[in-house]
Amino acid sequence: MDKSVIIIGAGAAGCEAAYRLAEAGITVELVEKENETGGNLNNWHQLFPDRKQAEELRRTLREHLSHPAIRVHRGVMPVRWERTENGGFRVEVNDGALLESDALLVATGFQTFDARRKEEYGYGIYENVVTSVELENFFANRRIATSAGVAPKRIGLIQCVGSRDEKTCNFHCSKVCCITAVKQAIELREMLPDAEILCFYMDMRMFGPGYEEMYREAQEKYRIKFVRGRLSEASENREKQVIVKCEDTLVGKPLRMTLDLMVLMVGMEASESSRSIARTLGLELAPNLFIKTCDPHYAANRTAVEGVFVAGCCTMPMNLTETLHDARSAAMEIRNYLALNHKP
Amino acid sequence: MNNIWGFSISGARVIDYDRNDHRPAEGLSAEVPSSRLCIGCGGCTATCTAGAMTDFNIRKLQMLVKRGENKEAREQLHRCMLCGKCLLVCPRGVDTRRMILALYRLTAQPSL
Amino acid sequence: MKLEGKQQIWKDYQKEIADDRYYYARSCIRQTFFPGSEWAYLDILGNKLGKTVLDDPRHTTCTGIGYHSDVVPVETIMTVVARHFALMTEAGFENMTPSCITSFGIYTEILHTWEQHPELEEQTRDFLWKATRREFQKPKNLAHTSDVIYKFRHEIAARKRYSLTDIHTGRPLQVVDHIGCHYAKMFPSKGIGGAEFPAVLSGMVTAWGGEAVDYPERRHCCGFGFRNYLVLANRGFSVANSKKKFESMQPYEPDFIITNCPGCAMFLDKWQYTISELEGTTYGKNGYGIPVLTYEEAAALVLGYDPWDIGLQMHQVSVEPLLDKMGIDYDPAKKYQGKDGKELGRPACPTYLKI
Repeated sequence: MDKSVIIIGAGAAGCEAAYRLAEAGITVELVEKENETGGNLNNWHQLFPDRKQAEELRRTLREHLSHPAIRVHRGVMPVRWERTENGGFRVEVNDGALLESDALLVATGFQTFDARRKEEYGYGIYENVVTSVELENFFANRRIATSAGVAPKRIGLIQCVGSRDEKTCNFHCSKVCCITAVKQAIELREMLPDAEILCFYMDMRMFGPGYEEMYREAQEKYRIKFVRGRLSEASENREKQVIVKCEDTLVGKPLRMTLDLMVLMVGMEASESSRSIARTLGLELAPNLFIKTCDPHYAANRTAVEGVFVAGCCTMPMNLTETLHDARSAAMEIRNYLALNHKP
Repeated sequence: MNNIWGFSISGARVIDYDRNDHRPAEGLSAEVPSSRLCIGCGGCTATCTAGAMTDFNIRKLQMLVKRGENKEAREQLHRCMLCGKCLLVCPRGVDTRRMILALYRLTAQPSL
Repeated sequence: MKLEGKQQIWKDYQKEIADDRYYYARSCIRQTFFPGSEWAYLDILGNKLGKTVLDDPRHTTCTGIGYHSDVVPVETIMTVVARHFALMTEAGFENMTPSCITSFGIYTEILHTWEQHPELEEQTRDFLWKATRREFQKPKNLAHTSDVIYKFRHEIAARKRYSLTDIHTGRPLQVVDHIGCHYAKMFPSKGIGGAEFPAVLSGMVTAWGGEAVDYPERRHCCGFGFRNYLVLANRGFSVANSKKKFESMQPYEPDFIITNCPGCAMFLDKWQYTISELEGTTYGKNGYGIPVLTYEEAAALVLGYDPWDIGLQMHQVSVEPLLDKMGIDYDPAKKYQGKDGKELGRPACPTYLKI
């Protein structure tokens, strides 16, 4: 089959789909706006629930891209789009290259919520407020310290920052932050055996295999404390500590405490690229601004525009397992489309 | 002080976690490690013999201790009949009977 | 705290404030508790900055106190506000500038309600016509009077006689601000700096040489809440909120508190006395309280007005320690004298709070 696919986005979904399509004998043009492939996965140190080094997965995905049927275009963005006469695509990228294909796969993924939008949490203003992404970076560098350079004695991980929140126009659940918090709390415990570590949550949504078990272990073995209540506001005291206010909804009283370090578990939003590509290609957006698929059950990789497919977190928040499954599913859909619906 | 005002200033109802005494909570965690596993489901309270007739709430009681609200917890403890039904229903295997007995001891000091 | 982060937020929360020709809406209670503030505002705007402000004697309460105490229905308050707009329209003005934070909140809320429900605006027009035979235009611009002072803070700074600095040490005065809840909590986009990191008062403080202090309970309500404090049985928890704020700001040793809300200014000033009598606690240095200034009083001091001309003798907490720090020239003997030199009478001495 002498067919080709352009994939926009070389994160986990784009890379995996590229490899599966290439294995099926389809030529892939993989377009990535950054200078390296990997997407958001590049910001992660360890993966849940097995605590695998993210680098292992990155390496596998990267190695697969050396497949002869894959051409990777790094550091470029599509600037002009055209449908060809036979229903294919012609895409000009900003280094001047003109790419052609029979189908298009959008794998533009997510971006993490900009925590500054949650003004009352003081991110970017208070000195000891960091995001879960920054915490991964701390883990990678093996150093956890407050702005004053000392080890924090009490750390709070705040769930649902930019998720399940009408105030930020994000009604949706980002799914992975609960388990990320559990994983990060355990990693913090390993580095700081005597610190008090608390998770502030609304619900613990342990949806994946091994997640609930990890949560249980975090409580029993790692002595992580869980407080059910959404953070209402934070302020900074003279010692640059963070004072948090929430309700302990299991006790039914407001709760106030001082933290040395506050970690915001930032949620997932459809990336800017996802939104702009959707506009350009005429793809419909769901109310949460992720790209709407044809059917959530049976056609989750198809869009209303013929020949345009979607994979990964541009359609909804997913964990890595789901992202990789979704990419393979998209590859299979595209193969079928090219074989059955699109005879030359 | 002679109060001519007709009111006095209300005390805060907020849990002041920084100031509360966490020794009973630490004792509970050490003596009854399974108590750390509570997920606040309320199965225990729903089936509780004392809870059906009084405002005794074992789920809330252990949570109060975990937040350092020891006095409020202590005032409730004596209502437990130690029947053990909560132990039977707990989905997380918390040793609730042992927890109650430990809390009796741990919250006994009047200074708390 | 990182200033750049706040500046980023401030950029997002700027609002249009008219340049001149303001219709002034007075507060119900300010002239009683802080009698020089509204006069100082009118004098500064009219005589120092050369602006036109109409202080209309036909203007009444907006009934916000009644509305927030569950005795005035919303249809009534909308009609009263419509009458204010009618008076403004008849006088040939388009820019409404209430002196009260709750009036500002109410005007904002009503205009928003009418935008969302035009049928309610029609109904209100009908009510007003039937009751008074008046018609109105909605204001082109609505700003609180603290917004107006904020707008001209640099012009005021350019004319200043005193600075918000301690003349003995050269250190900028440490100032905590307290923003009335109804300024921006309901509509953050209508407040300068938004609701979380408001800049309307701290902007004045820095422009006049002081240093704004952000303390943990800065955003907390003073506890006024209308029916809550008005009913004696509720007053205990109402006052407790002011106490919570004092306890939170005390470690920063603020030189004064600046507020933009009638109720807050009254609460934060008078309750320091009440708390001292009830519990023996004071929050300033050496048994004194923390002085509380309205933004107009602060502006007037900076511009060199006589403290007794702007009514500072009516404050519960003595302002003299602050005046001394700023090096303001005042005559202690004239504190309780009227304009004609006659003694006005003196307050009894509190048990604990030094005056």
